[in-house]
Amino acid sequence: MTTSAISLAQAIAARTTTAAAATDAALSAITERDGELHAFLHVDADAARQAASAIDARIAAGETVGPLAGVPVAIKDNLVMTGVPTTCGSKILEGWRPPYTATVVERLIDAGAIPIGKTNLDEFAMGSSTENSAYGPSRNPIDPTKVPGGSSGGSAVAVAAGYVPVSLGSDTGGSIRQPAAFCGLIGYKPTYGHISRYGLVAFSSSLDQVGPFTTTVADSALVSEIIGGHDHRDSTSIDAPAPSLLEACGRGVAGLRVGLCSDLLDGADAVIVDRVRAAAAALEAAGATIVDLAIPELRLGLSAYYLLAPAEASSNLARYDGVRFGLREERDDVAAMNVATRTAGFGPEVKRRIMLGTYALSAGYYDAYYGQAQKTRRLITNALDAAYQGVDLLLGATTPTTAFGFGDKVADPLSMYLSDLFTIPSNLAGHPAMSVPFGTDSAGLPIGVQLLAPGRRDDLLFAAGAVLESEVSA
Amino acid sequence: MSAWETIIGLEVHCELKTATKLFCGCPNMFGDEPNTNCCPVCLGLPGSLPVLNKGAVELAIRIGLALNCTVAPSTFHRKNYFYPDMPKDYQISQYDQPLNAGGWIDLPEGSRVGITRAHMEEDTGKSTHLGGTGRIHGADSSLIDYNRSGVPLVEIVSEPDMRSGVQARAYVAELRAILVAVGATDGRMEEGSMRVDANVSVRKPGDPFGTRCEIKNLNSLRSLQRAIEYEAARQIDLIEAGERVVQETRHFDEQTGRTGTMRSKEEATDYRYFPEPDLVPLNPSRAWIDEIRSNLAPLPKARREHLLAAVGEVTPALVDLVATVVDRDLDTLVSAAINAGAPAQLAIARAANELDADGVLPSPASFAGTCQLEASGRLSATQAKQVLAALLDEPHGDPAAIADRLGFVAMDDGALDTVLDAAIADHPSEWQRYCDGDDKLAQFFVGKVMAATKGKANGKAVIAAIAARRP
Ligand SMILES: [Zn+2]
Repeated sequence: MTTSAISLAQAIAARTTTAAAATDAALSAITERDGELHAFLHVDADAARQAASAIDARIAAGETVGPLAGVPVAIKDNLVMTGVPTTCGSKILEGWRPPYTATVVERLIDAGAIPIGKTNLDEFAMGSSTENSAYGPSRNPIDPTKVPGGSSGGSAVAVAAGYVPVSLGSDTGGSIRQPAAFCGLIGYKPTYGHISRYGLVAFSSSLDQVGPFTTTVADSALVSEIIGGHDHRDSTSIDAPAPSLLEACGRGVAGLRVGLCSDLLDGADAVIVDRVRAAAAALEAAGATIVDLAIPELRLGLSAYYLLAPAEASSNLARYDGVRFGLREERDDVAAMNVATRTAGFGPEVKRRIMLGTYALSAGYYDAYYGQAQKTRRLITNALDAAYQGVDLLLGATTPTTAFGFGDKVADPLSMYLSDLFTIPSNLAGHPAMSVPFGTDSAGLPIGVQLLAPGRRDDLLFAAGAVLESEVSA
Repeated sequence: MSAWETIIGLEVHCELKTATKLFCGCPNMFGDEPNTNCCPVCLGLPGSLPVLNKGAVELAIRIGLALNCTVAPSTFHRKNYFYPDMPKDYQISQYDQPLNAGGWIDLPEGSRVGITRAHMEEDTGKSTHLGGTGRIHGADSSLIDYNRSGVPLVEIVSEPDMRSGVQARAYVAELRAILVAVGATDGRMEEGSMRVDANVSVRKPGDPFGTRCEIKNLNSLRSLQRAIEYEAARQIDLIEAGERVVQETRHFDEQTGRTGTMRSKEEATDYRYFPEPDLVPLNPSRAWIDEIRSNLAPLPKARREHLLAAVGEVTPALVDLVATVVDRDLDTLVSAAINAGAPAQLAIARAANELDADGVLPSPASFAGTCQLEASGRLSATQAKQVLAALLDEPHGDPAAIADRLGFVAMDDGALDTVLDAAIADHPSEWQRYCDGDDKLAQFFVGKVMAATKGKANGKAVIAAIAARRP
């Protein structure tokens, strides 16, 4: 499926094709190729076909349908949908069917989208390759010997393989942007609070945000406008109108000042650095001013992130105790049952982060670890705010490398963590960022360049992203 | 050897009387079928998020203001520990920035107890353990009801200002009256809507505080006093026997009246508090706090003072009666009756002893009228009580008409003389002792006359008649 969500929805609304045909196309592509790529943990073909027929019937009856009517979408398996299995890539949730639906999924369905299934991820979104999924990794459709990135790897694969034009992921430290870069997609992480977290299974609550994978910047804008906006069920949701993203796609970058940030570039492969510089040139050609700058504080992000995220995770993941849902390893008393269930149900990376986070919050260590990491977080936010006094946007690499091979980084968690180096600062600051595909390496693997904007200026990402996109397709 | 001093600080958990729970829209109801008032939020299901209930915040602020606290911008924290009653395995509570801090309560007996803080938090579910001893250890199985999970609580922490079980009991009684008066809770301790933990230590006056033990979950005023008194005696015995008090958490056994070890300090949990990232800081506006303050119902202390101001001579007995009247919410009626002409002291006594706050009450005019008839001698005390009882069927009835209907005709002096003559004739030796100066026997003859007249005689008239006969 090479069609964008916007053109597919238009074709379905104009009755040049049908929701049923679009859904069948998605399902047969999955049947054909997902045995190898493993984007999906769960495909609900019957429900998808029923939803598609209902949309077609409404269109035939002349009813007004939503802007995504009939467009098949894939949902990361850490977003809940009533009655649909949600595993978070973990054995501990195997078989759990949530009794409610995430706000973002509800809004997609209200807009007429057809959820096809739930996509693979690193267990509880902890990882950068999907190799931490308890159900086996996903494969990069561009080169199946490579990882698709993570944690939202399955959602990236579902779009990159052409099954669906849109999928939802979540981004805690780069989990949308990094797989988007590895798979050649637009990956957008909104301003913290712009898109509801209600129904997103928490990894690190103060960092998690939902966002889309798409093949076009305009699709990303449309989907984000649909799923974004205030939600009274999420207290951290921003209660103010968001700037129009679709409108920004056609705005251009004339007059914008773009900071080319060495701290979002140094350490990346030479071919990636080259592509980022090419992106800077493209923006300059479109009327932006490029400013070279350094924000050395961004380098501190990784260590702060790997204290804060595990600390929150250690608390968020406490509820998987075998008492109410998911896996239970029966034992004679509650404490033994808790321990046995968690020992059996969590994989090694999740256990590592729970232990790290528990330690960081412990009496006597709180100030040195969690407290220090919070200070670093403020330092990074302040440094970014200061940089935005002089520029409107920042430009850098999304990842230090292109997609790596299976097993390359599994033995060394630290090298895996380093692949998040450039994406983490936006999560820490709560700022929006976007990865835009901008060429490939010599092996043909996609390269993503990253745009960063100040909080609540998500529109700037879409203005600049659309310019880069037109440069690539030109 | 100088006497021991007991040092007591209390932590009182008060369930707020909101329509819905603290972080979700589920009904806050006691006694419903188990697990019927639950949703993804209060079951802590993955992906659910808390949304703070503004009504609960308002009640918590009322409590803070009533306890003379400073209401300040505050934050929520997570208190992390594993417990099957607690669905998220952390409790959303407040830690270093409580909503209310630094207040006090003045007790009726005149002492002042400092309030450290009054913070908001969520309640847990409730387990029932089947088999074994009924406690979680050794049970065959456990059932959990999450209806209470997420019910709003305010935890009121006192300073270690109390020095006896009696004072601690008075503190909780006064605190309960305040919480009920401001509409924060129904104050039903037996249903668990108020639960008390007591920190108890002993020392010689002037010494530093001794090692304290915390007695958990005291659910009546009586248990509170008994547990504290037992625990203080236990600690004193230990020290006097040359042993040390070990800091620990203890429970109180209602049957034996003793406290026993729950867990020692070594087993104490590290709660790993950190700021709750799913909630934003709670920053009530000055205008809102002022509005809540201006709508605050009068507090028990002010209401007691208001009633006492209406009587001339204040006796300890009267102070107790006034406390009862206010405690039972009868002070509005009593004040209205006094304004309508009822003698204050009599109205207070009759309200405290004869009226049922939870039942039908007479109208202020009818209540006042009855008191006036009694004060004037038209009705005896016994008759007045019967008229009050009859007013329950017709709260606005005319007390004089009711008295007529009941046949309460004030006895004329002649009739009274006849009855008194008979009483004296039947009890000549008692009469002689009375005449010889034994004043107590006057009451004996009042009783005889009352019995003979079935309470129709006016007590004051009888006393006067007896005194007049004494040579
Ligand atoms: Zn609920």
